[in-house]
Amino acid sequence: MPTLKSEVQPVVTENDIVYVRQNVRKWAVEMKFSLVDQTKMVTAASELARNLLIYGGGGEVRLEQLQEGSRMGLRVMFVDQGPGIPDIEQALKDGFTSGKGMGLGLGGAKRLVTDFDIKSIVGQGTSITTTKWR
Amino acid sequence: MQDRIPILHMSNFLLVTIQVDMHDRLALQLQDDLTSKISATGARGVLIDISSLEMVDSFIGRVLGNISSMSRVLDAKTVVVGMQPAVAITLVELGLSLPGILTALNVAKGMELLSRD
Repeated sequence: MPTLKSEVQPVVTENDIVYVRQNVRKWAVEMKFSLVDQTKMVTAASELARNLLIYGGGGEVRLEQLQEGSRMGLRVMFVDQGPGIPDIEQALKDGFTSGKGMGLGLGGAKRLVTDFDIKSIVGQGTSITTTKWR
Repeated sequence: MQDRIPILHMSNFLLVTIQVDMHDRLALQLQDDLTSKISATGARGVLIDISSLEMVDSFIGRVLGNISSMSRVLDAKTVVVGMQPAVAITLVELGLSLPGILTALNVAKGMELLSRD
């Protein structure tokens, strides 16, 4: 699956969450996603970028524009070297929170994108990949 | 980045128009400022216009809920107006339906709601 374009941006402060939202919006507009899909992607990215900062201790967001046959995909990856998630099943459940959030971040973000993949190793970090196709 | 959202005081009401992409601290600052201002002015209603907001995530949703609850405790009513349709669709799919928050389609309808009783 060819990657047409990619970009990496760091998330180390709260302001970076805003920059991630703005960047995802910019890419989604360029790729001509509908307004609802743009909003879903931006919202999912906001939730996951905040998790990255609060629980992962900061990390990186990588954006990729993919092409698969006639469809285009926007992939956003969130990678940290934080403590990892011991129980992913539980973390994906609505209402689960180990911090100050509402417990909607992971499960909610998953519902807003087409593909959602999460890998986590305790003590090494977490990597979440979200993709939306059009 | 901006560090405060202006609050207008008009007769018995406080009016806020959120026109920037809020970082988390800015949202919390608004929550603090509004609470102090309700107490200082004795305002009976708070209208928050979010028509320029292109996204409401769980954090902003929580702050709106907090403002609503805090104002209720201080004997003021909060109404959130002007949510864009794409934002509403996304919020509900995210799992957030803003329970306990009064909403109205636009500023005029929101003011009507606040002026009742």
